[in-house]
Amino acid sequence: MPGARKTRKKNETGETIITLEGVSKWFGDFQALRDINLTVDKGERVVVCGPSGSGKSTMIRCINRLENHQRGRIVVDGIELTDNLKNIEAVRREVGMVFQSFNLFPHMRVIDNLALAPMLVRQMPKKDAEEMALGYLRRVQIEEQAYKYPGQLSGGQQQRVAIARSLCMQPRIMLFDEPTSALDPEMIKEVLDVMVELAEDGMTMVVVTHEMGFARTVANRVIFMDDAEIVEIAPPETFFSKPKSDRTKLFLSQILTH
Amino acid sequence: MTDTTAPIAAPPRAEGQADTDQPRSRQQPPPTEKIAVLRWMKENLFASPGNTLLTIILGAALIYWVPAFIKWGFIDAIWYTPDPEVCRQSDGACWAVVAEKHRPMLFGLYPYEEHWRLVVALAVYLGSFTITLIRRFWHWQILVPLWTVAIAVISTMLWGGVFGLTFVETSQWGGLPLTMVLFSGTVVLGFPIAILLALGRRSHLPLIKATSVTIIESLRGVPLITILFVAVNVFPLALPDGLEFDKLVRVMVGMAIFFACYQAEVIRGGLQAIPRGQYEAAESLGLSYWQMTTRIILPQALRIALPGIMNHIIAALKNTSFVLIIGLFDILTATTAVMQDPLWRRWFVEAYLFVAAVYFFFCYVLSKYSQQVERWLSEGRRF
Ligand SMILES: Nc1ncnc2c1ncn2[C@@H]1O[C@H](COP(=O)(O)OP(=O)(O)OP(=O)(O)O)[C@@H](O)[C@H]1O
Ligand SMILES: [Mg+2]
Repeated sequence: MPGARKTRKKNETGETIITLEGVSKWFGDFQALRDINLTVDKGERVVVCGPSGSGKSTMIRCINRLENHQRGRIVVDGIELTDNLKNIEAVRREVGMVFQSFNLFPHMRVIDNLALAPMLVRQMPKKDAEEMALGYLRRVQIEEQAYKYPGQLSGGQQQRVAIARSLCMQPRIMLFDEPTSALDPEMIKEVLDVMVELAEDGMTMVVVTHEMGFARTVANRVIFMDDAEIVEIAPPETFFSKPKSDRTKLFLSQILTH
Repeated sequence: MTDTTAPIAAPPRAEGQADTDQPRSRQQPPPTEKIAVLRWMKENLFASPGNTLLTIILGAALIYWVPAFIKWGFIDAIWYTPDPEVCRQSDGACWAVVAEKHRPMLFGLYPYEEHWRLVVALAVYLGSFTITLIRRFWHWQILVPLWTVAIAVISTMLWGGVFGLTFVETSQWGGLPLTMVLFSGTVVLGFPIAILLALGRRSHLPLIKATSVTIIESLRGVPLITILFVAVNVFPLALPDGLEFDKLVRVMVGMAIFFACYQAEVIRGGLQAIPRGQYEAAESLGLSYWQMTTRIILPQALRIALPGIMNHIIAALKNTSFVLIIGLFDILTATTAVMQDPLWRRWFVEAYLFVAAVYFFFCYVLSKYSQQVERWLSEGRRF
């Protein structure tokens, strides 16, 4: 979308950290992504929205190679994603991901969930890893749950643990795939608060969400996807008040009226 | 709007609180034992005419057989005598045959004067085994040295040839120690193979997947006896001249692979139950395939598959008795051989009941233990 490109707002540093160039992906014969072009700057917060099945999850899952793209180029923090396992592992060390369904490891205590990857991937000594884990748990305000199992926590607590677990790898980029969609309304806020705080600390974030309040206050840019492609990219002010495309207007009218 | 019912409104609820403080005041006494027993009988024994008929028939059979068995097995039984004539005079069981023949039954062809070595080996084995089962000792720092020492002692005792102990060939090993060696060897060798086969079958690499599927499907379709025959009689022919493997090793490998093929499918069932999100979370944290598999996937999959896994481990214990047909003297074969003795052969029932009791003891311990492990593993978690 040439129009969308022009509205892209550079942030202060202007240093690009994620680049998607002409990315396409198919599941069998079904095209899930069509010629996606997107660059994300360091420290930028991007919110992705769009109807169900439009390819939002597929796009952000391509960024840490949980899905492989078949055409185009994806470069994350200077590393191009190819079949090269070394590159994939390097990118995954830099990119944290938070899922709709939390995906905590149910057979480990919360603290072990957090300390595992730093110990295995970064070879951090156990003591340091656990200390750091407690630090991040404190940051998401559930330090007192450290020695419980995930199954003993509420949904909101589990999602905060999941965010803390990703942060323990000290990623430069965080991806969120509908982090609050599986939560009861009263728990959504506690998770969003953590995300807002993360944004204030300058984390680069790509967030798939339908929380338009979050998009308005936190996002530098909002991306609207429909039918496997990016339809519109705009700063939140213009995106919500003067959307260009009819598809965006229709979508906004649907989600903002209820 | 819900303010009136909110728990903060303490004073009006004083009465209700008294209620929770003394919960017994409004409770009814439980129904008396007698009525409960009658109800249980009605529900479980006499629920329908067919059910009632079955209860009467089985009840009659029990009333007929149980006293007869107690009379035979305990009241009239001869517990100990070196003289078969005494047993011949009696109508009861002749447990004396077990007392008389227990050494060749338990230890097979192993040289008689060296039997003490087997007692030591068995004691070390059962001791180490018991320690291994206790959760408090589940640390590598304990179990690895324990089994290193245990295996060293057990092999020294069984083989000999050092410290002035006479050397005993594996073909002379027999009885319970042989059963124990075969069982442990099968499980210890077979379990890692089972895990690899199960992982291989789910691999994305076509060659690995095809190999695993071929091994599992072809060997599962063959009876264990055939595999043992191949291991003992065919395999040596296929080897180049001069290369030889001990028969016991060949049998053990055959049993281990057979065990692994069944166990692999049980483990695969566990693997299939792991949600995709677990893999994705592990991958997105940067864990490698083996880190993810050993730390995240397998611990959960093995726990889910535990009942089936224990089932096959118990079956492996009983399958050791198949070595009967290839001339190894495990406890069952040894007993069969011993019972050829014309003086004592008419009391073979007692001898086999004894062997059955030995098998039952070990199988029962294993199955009770597996239930306990399931309880441990589900502590403090809901998944
Ligand atoms: N593994 C897969 N195999 C086949 N088709 C898939 C697969 N994953 C996704 N798809 C399809 O690709 C399309 C895009 O899926 P995606 O999950 O990216 O949508 P989404 O925008 O995240 O939707 P939602 O809001 O429902 O999460 C959908 O039509 C989906 O059915
Ligand atoms: Mg999605």
